[in-house]
Amino acid sequence: MSTKINLTLKVWRQKNAQTPGHFETYQARDIDTDASFLEMLDVVNASLEREGKEPIAFDHDCREGICGSCGAVVNGQAHGPERETTLCQLHMRKFRNGDTVTIEPWRAKGFPLIKDLVVDRSAFDRIIAAGGFITVRTGQAPEAHATPVPKDKADWAMDAAQCIGCGACVAACPNASAMLFVSAKVTHLNVLPQGQPEKTRRVLNMVAQMDKEGFGNCSNHYECEAACPKGISVKNIAKMNRDHLVASIAG
Amino acid sequence: MTSNGLDSKTPSGPMAEKWTRHKFDMKLVNPANKRKYTVIVVGTGLAGASASATLSELGYKVKTFCIQDSPRRAHSIAAQGGINAAKNYQNDGDSVYRLFYDTIKGGDFRSREANVHRLAEVSVNIIDQCVAQGVPFAREYGGLLDNRSFGGAQVSRTFYARGQTGQQLLLGAYSALMKEVTAGGVTLFPRREMLDLVVVDGRARGIVVRNLLTGKLESHAGDAVLLCTGGYGNVFYLSTNAKACNVTAAWRTHKKGAYFANACYTQIHPTCIPVHGDYQSKLTLMSESLRNDGRIWVPKNPEDKRPPHEIPEADRDYYLERKYPSFGNLAPRDISSRSAKEQCDAGRGVGPTRQAVYLDFRDAIERLGKDVIEARYGNLFQMYERIVDDDPYKVPMMIFPASHYAMGGLWVDYNLMSNLPGLHVLGEANFSDHGANRLGASALMQGLADGYFVIPYTLSHYLGSTKLEPVDTNHAEFKKAEEEARARIDKLLSIKGKRTVDEFHRQLGLLCWDKCGMARDEKGLKEALQEIPAIREEFWQNVTVTGAGEDFNQSLEKAGRVADFLEFAELLVTDALHREESCGGHFRVEHQTEDGEAKRDDEHFAYVGAWEFKGVDAAPELHKEPLVFEEVHLATRSYK
Ligand SMILES: Cc1cc2nc3c(=O)[nH]c(=O)nc-3n(C[C@H](O)[C@H](O)[C@H](O)COP(=O)(O)OP(=O)(O)OC[C@H]3O[C@@H](n4cnc5c(N)ncnc54)[C@H](O)[C@@H]3O)c2cc1C
Ligand code: FES
Repeated sequence: MSTKINLTLKVWRQKNAQTPGHFETYQARDIDTDASFLEMLDVVNASLEREGKEPIAFDHDCREGICGSCGAVVNGQAHGPERETTLCQLHMRKFRNGDTVTIEPWRAKGFPLIKDLVVDRSAFDRIIAAGGFITVRTGQAPEAHATPVPKDKADWAMDAAQCIGCGACVAACPNASAMLFVSAKVTHLNVLPQGQPEKTRRVLNMVAQMDKEGFGNCSNHYECEAACPKGISVKNIAKMNRDHLVASIAG
Repeated sequence: MTSNGLDSKTPSGPMAEKWTRHKFDMKLVNPANKRKYTVIVVGTGLAGASASATLSELGYKVKTFCIQDSPRRAHSIAAQGGINAAKNYQNDGDSVYRLFYDTIKGGDFRSREANVHRLAEVSVNIIDQCVAQGVPFAREYGGLLDNRSFGGAQVSRTFYARGQTGQQLLLGAYSALMKEVTAGGVTLFPRREMLDLVVVDGRARGIVVRNLLTGKLESHAGDAVLLCTGGYGNVFYLSTNAKACNVTAAWRTHKKGAYFANACYTQIHPTCIPVHGDYQSKLTLMSESLRNDGRIWVPKNPEDKRPPHEIPEADRDYYLERKYPSFGNLAPRDISSRSAKEQCDAGRGVGPTRQAVYLDFRDAIERLGKDVIEARYGNLFQMYERIVDDDPYKVPMMIFPASHYAMGGLWVDYNLMSNLPGLHVLGEANFSDHGANRLGASALMQGLADGYFVIPYTLSHYLGSTKLEPVDTNHAEFKKAEEEARARIDKLLSIKGKRTVDEFHRQLGLLCWDKCGMARDEKGLKEALQEIPAIREEFWQNVTVTGAGEDFNQSLEKAGRVADFLEFAELLVTDALHREESCGGHFRVEHQTEDGEAKRDDEHFAYVGAWEFKGVDAAPELHKEPLVFEEVHLATRSYK
């Protein structure tokens, strides 16, 4: 059954990248435990707006855990305390009356801050543009059943393709590495027969772009996997490293 | 005032040959000339991403805009269940003709036949294209594609990628789009919101957008504008749509002269998580695919307060199976939603608010085992448990209908061009293919059909057959549109009232849901027509919008969208009031059969109602496009 709780929030407020930020304290009162974390923020924002103050800026859209828009570091954990759950799907029943909750943006060199909890993740788009696709023009496709795909391969591709591009992996990594994100896309396409012709180019170009964007290196902390709301596995990183090695030797 | 002359430009000839012949008859643009044309695409959902990628592949210069920080986050990403295609891989009697027929019938005979036939034809190419892009559709052990069934059909023609079909299709289209960004054909403009359409010499020649990062207004000129901006389901405030879904682009375009068609055809989806509190910001869909194995029921006796598992078979009413024995739990959405409402209105609703019915997997788990059910619906069950805190493997889900999809939208002809030359409308934003009710798994199909396979031909035809004078953003029309947009923003910021934007949105949504939701009557609609302008007036006096215009400002973004919903809602209600019949998602209480089914009036209402804007406080003018049925006979829809 739902009940009402009161929380103290410590929220990172920062006007823009040029202005230094700071923590601001707010009281969140009478929060229904059936509400989602973002709905809790809505309640706090509504009271700020009624006082004529600017609400806390945060990215969100689907509120179903699939668009990858939302995300913040809550009490030190990307997307908060519940495993495999985006911030929008985190519910207030996971908190207790009287808790203090710290809310911060993703912090990484590759994700410059825009405002409050909003960061610039366009680096991910540029990495995809570098090779996260199969070159096929509309109209060129052969009949779908021309190439059977073994079920285990299809399932593996799907496991990797579930990435929502939220950036939690980067935020959770002590080196701010984007290896989980990049490897998920490389794996998705590189295990499918359709992805074979560009396998080598893909991994080389995507990794090169990743490095250019200022993301750190992977030193096997596996914090990314723990923070990933979709349960993307670090095995993808191993697969990408293998593909990269082979590609580098061949190249 | 009404006129009957709206020309759909449907080609002549036999239904099955119209598209093929039309493709031959249309003008082409010489490959070397294509790069001289700039095409503006607003939206990066399935429709916008697929159109942008394909047009760029053909050689056009494409400028693509979206609200989100990345094109990959468009609302299409949230689609769960699947995409239809007439592949007949199951050998169960499917064909292009059957998909065409099912869609016409499902739409309650209120769609344009030729468009629907074309949609069914190209559906098969969509699957080929997506597989080639690497979309990881579900497969069988033999390595070939799997299918499932969806409502309103008796064949299995739905392709799916677990419960994330929209995500995978959108990521496919997005990858094609990013490939073209790298190739140089597409320039991306994310975090931009279109605020106005610019019309020069009667043709759509550009847009004015607000850069959501800086708050600055920007103008972009081009040779044609493609609106792929999705549906208006958020007019109800609570809906399954993503929060940024809006009517702004479509509405501002409507105010510039584009007709808005069939606004009253809204889809209320039967299987959503019920409303539980006033802080709630959205409703979550539980995919229709669940109705393949879940059985819907309520207790026969409204006084029955026992927990569901203690209610014996004899005391349960599996009302869909009882009323529609041949389709059962897979009856189309409009019928399933209305039946749920009927049960709740009769006091048989369950749960704390009594505005819910059970969706029960007990029998399926007994028959197939928990593992099979988990493999099929695991992620949906998990999502349900996360939100509701109940385990659907043990306790039946509780579901209730919610606003989900807009069949209505901007009017387009067979070429997907609006009455405003140069303006093309694709995907959920147009009105064209689903009539008064959309079948499950058909929106994804339509978005990709429009973007990959229709617009590349029809846009070339427009550009190839039209002489366009050069226009740039210094043109007076751009300046005027910018000034109007700026004045509106300044006005919103200057009110400094007492109520938040969300409060107004919620109030409007509730009103629309009560008076223009699953059931509508003259009295309620007329009341709504009084109340909407009053809310709108209060909004413009008493809304609070904090922050500055030239800054990242989410309050301001929301305020602009709600201001448009407050105008659009009146058109929604006007259309519902004028349509004195029941069809699909539009149920007028006055027009029903003895057993409560929708009663169409083909003699008076077999037309598309396309409205022309005449001013915010003036009545719009109705234009009619008569619907001609050459192929399918008008019949009373029956799923019994
Ligand atoms: C929860 C859910 C599940 C669904 N499941 C299915 C399913 O299983 N099968 C199925 O067939 N259909 C399903 N649908 C319906 C389907 O997802 C949508 O109809 C379809 O994805 C719409 O695609 P679109 O390209 O037309 O628009 P959208 O995907 O809505 O994209 C709209 C785009 O326009 C942009 N935009 C909007 N306004 C502006 C503006 N003013 N300025 C700039 N850009 C703007 C947005 O940023 C976005 O990029 C589902 C819908 C929901 C809500
Ligand atoms: S808002 Fe879409 S994933 Fe959270």
